[in-house]
Amino acid sequence: MRKLPWVSILIIGGMVFAAIFAPYLTPHSPIEQTLPDKLLPPFWEATGSTKYILGTDIFGRDVLTRLLYGARVSLIVTALSLLVGGGVGLTIGIASGYIGGRLDSLLMRLVDAAFTFPAILFALLLAVTMGQGLDTLVVAIGLLLWAGFARIIRGEVLALKQRDFVALAKVHGCSELRIMVTHILPNVMNTFMVLVTLNVGAVIVAEASLSFLGAGIPPPTPSWGLMVAEGRGKISSAWWLSLLPGIAITMVVLTFNLFGDWLRDRLDPKLRQL
Amino acid sequence: MTEALTEPQTGPQAEPLLRVENLRKYYPFTRGIVFVTKVGDVKAVDDVSFTIAAGETLGLVGESGCGKTTTSKLVLNLEQPTGGRVLLQGKPIHGLKGEARREYRALVQAVFQDPWASLNPRMRVGKIIAEALVVTKWGSRSEIDHRVVELLVQVGLRPEHALQYPHEFSGGQRQRIALASALASKPKLIVLDEPVSALDVSIRAQMMNLLKDIQESENVAYLLVAHDLATVRHMTHQVAVMYMGQIVETAPTEKLFEEVRHPYTKALLSAVLPDHPDHRGEEIVLSGEVPSPMDMPPGCRFHTRCPFALPECVTHEPALREITPSHQVACHLYSDP
Repeated sequence: MRKLPWVSILIIGGMVFAAIFAPYLTPHSPIEQTLPDKLLPPFWEATGSTKYILGTDIFGRDVLTRLLYGARVSLIVTALSLLVGGGVGLTIGIASGYIGGRLDSLLMRLVDAAFTFPAILFALLLAVTMGQGLDTLVVAIGLLLWAGFARIIRGEVLALKQRDFVALAKVHGCSELRIMVTHILPNVMNTFMVLVTLNVGAVIVAEASLSFLGAGIPPPTPSWGLMVAEGRGKISSAWWLSLLPGIAITMVVLTFNLFGDWLRDRLDPKLRQL
Repeated sequence: MTEALTEPQTGPQAEPLLRVENLRKYYPFTRGIVFVTKVGDVKAVDDVSFTIAAGETLGLVGESGCGKTTTSKLVLNLEQPTGGRVLLQGKPIHGLKGEARREYRALVQAVFQDPWASLNPRMRVGKIIAEALVVTKWGSRSEIDHRVVELLVQVGLRPEHALQYPHEFSGGQRQRIALASALASKPKLIVLDEPVSALDVSIRAQMMNLLKDIQESENVAYLLVAHDLATVRHMTHQVAVMYMGQIVETAPTEKLFEEVRHPYTKALLSAVLPDHPDHRGEEIVLSGEVPSPMDMPPGCRFHTRCPFALPECVTHEPALREITPSHQVACHLYSDP
C-alpha cells in the first residue's frame, strides 16, 4: 500500500478550513469596494502594502479575501454537483446493470447521447434560460457528470449480479429492490467514492470555466473562475488579478487528482485505467 | 411465524416432498447480428424426472456441463423451465405469487459451491444469516437475533462471530455460515451445489458430517449436486446420474454402487481412487470429449464415447426403464431382446 498522501491531505484540509472559517481569517469583506485602494499589487512589490497581502482588484477588494471566500463557492458547487450528478449516475448505473433488458439498452443509449453533448454549450443554454445562479450551475455540472458515473457503475453491477450471494439473496426471498439496495449498492460504494474524488478536479475546472464564461456564479460573489475572467483585461498591468486565482485552481485540482489516484489504488486497483 | 405453513401435506398417496416431472430447460442459440435467426436449442436439461422424500438426500452426479447445476437452479426457481414441472409438497413452484411465493422461499434454501462468492463481503455474518428471516418477517428483532445465535452454535461457530465480516473467516467457516443462513427459515429442502468441493480435503469430512447431523435433527431433505462420487456415496440415499441433460441411471445409493449398470456410470466409478490399491476393478477410460450440446448426437447421447455401443445405439434413443426394482437405467444393453 502506498503511504498516505500527506501533501494532498494538507492542501485539501487547508482549503476546507479556509472555506469554513473565511470570515474569521480576514478583516476585509469579499464584496465591499474600497475604490481609493484599487489595483494595489501584492505586498512584496514596491507599491504593495501589507494591508492587502495579495493586492487588490479594480474595485479595491482584497484578493486574498476573495480567494478564501472563493474556496467556499468552489467547495459548495463541487459538493452539490457531485451529489446530484453522482447520485443520478449511481442510481441509473445500478438500475441499468441490475434490471438489464430493454431498460438497460434505453439508459445506455441515453448515456451515449450524453457523452456526445457539448456540455459547456448546454450549460450556457441553461444559464440563459434558467438564469445565472448556484442551482443552474449545479444542474449544468451534474448533467456533465452523470453519464460517466452511470457507465462505470453499470459495468461493476453486471459483474456483481452474477455472484452467488445475489442468487442466494433471491433464494432467501429478497425482493429485487432489496437486493439492489442491500447487496449491490454497498459493493459499488468503493468504486463510487473513487469516481467522486477523481471527478472533484474536473468539477472545479468546470465551475471555473462556466464562471469565466459568465454562466456560473453571478458577480459580485467571489468565484475563482470569475476572478480569472475579471482580471483578464488587466493581465499586462495587474498580473495578480488573474494569475493568483489561476494558481489556486491548478493547485487544488492537482491535489484532488493526486488524492483520487491514491484512493483508487488503495480501494480498487481494478480501476487503474480510469 | 411460518410454523403453520411448513406442515407437510399428507395426501392419500403420500406425495413426496419434491417431485420433478419431465423438466426441460432449453437455451436458444442464434446466429446473425442484424437478421437474428434461431439456429437451435442447447438442451441443458432434457426431460428429467425424479422425486425426493422428506428428510432424504438425492445425489445428482455427472461431469461439468451435464445439466446438474441447471436442474438445481430450476428447483430453486432461479430459472424458468422450458417445459415440465417442479412440485413442492404437490404444488408447482414456478409462477407463484405473493404469499405462496414467500412460503416456497422459506421451504427451499441453498448452499453453493464457492464460499468466497456466496457471502456478501459488505455484510456482517449476523445479517447474512438473518436475511431470510428479516425478509419473511419471521419475528421481532430480538427473536431473530436469538435465532441467529442458535444457528451459529448449530453449525459449530460462536455467537460473537455474528458481528464479523466474511473476509475474517476461512473457507470451511464460510461454508458453515452459508449453511446457517440456509437453515434459518427452517426449510424442508436444501439444494447443496457442490457444498464441499471448494474446501480443503481435511475439512470436507467435517462439513459432510455436519450436513448429515443437521439432516437427522432437522429432518431436512437435500438435493446434492456433486461430481465427487465419494461424497455422494457418503451423503445420499438415492443417486441419479446425469449425462448431457438426461438421467441415465438412478437407484438407491447402496444398490447403485453395488451393481452399476450404465457404461457411463461404470466409467465414472472407475475414475474414483479405490479404497485399497489392490482393489482395482474393471477400468473404463472414456475417449474423446463430451459432444457439443449444440450438436447432440442422434440415438443414445453417450454412444460416441461408449465402449459397448451397439448399432441400435446410433439410431434409437434408449428410454429410462426399471431393470430391477427401484433401479432404472437408460441403456440398450439392458433392453429385452
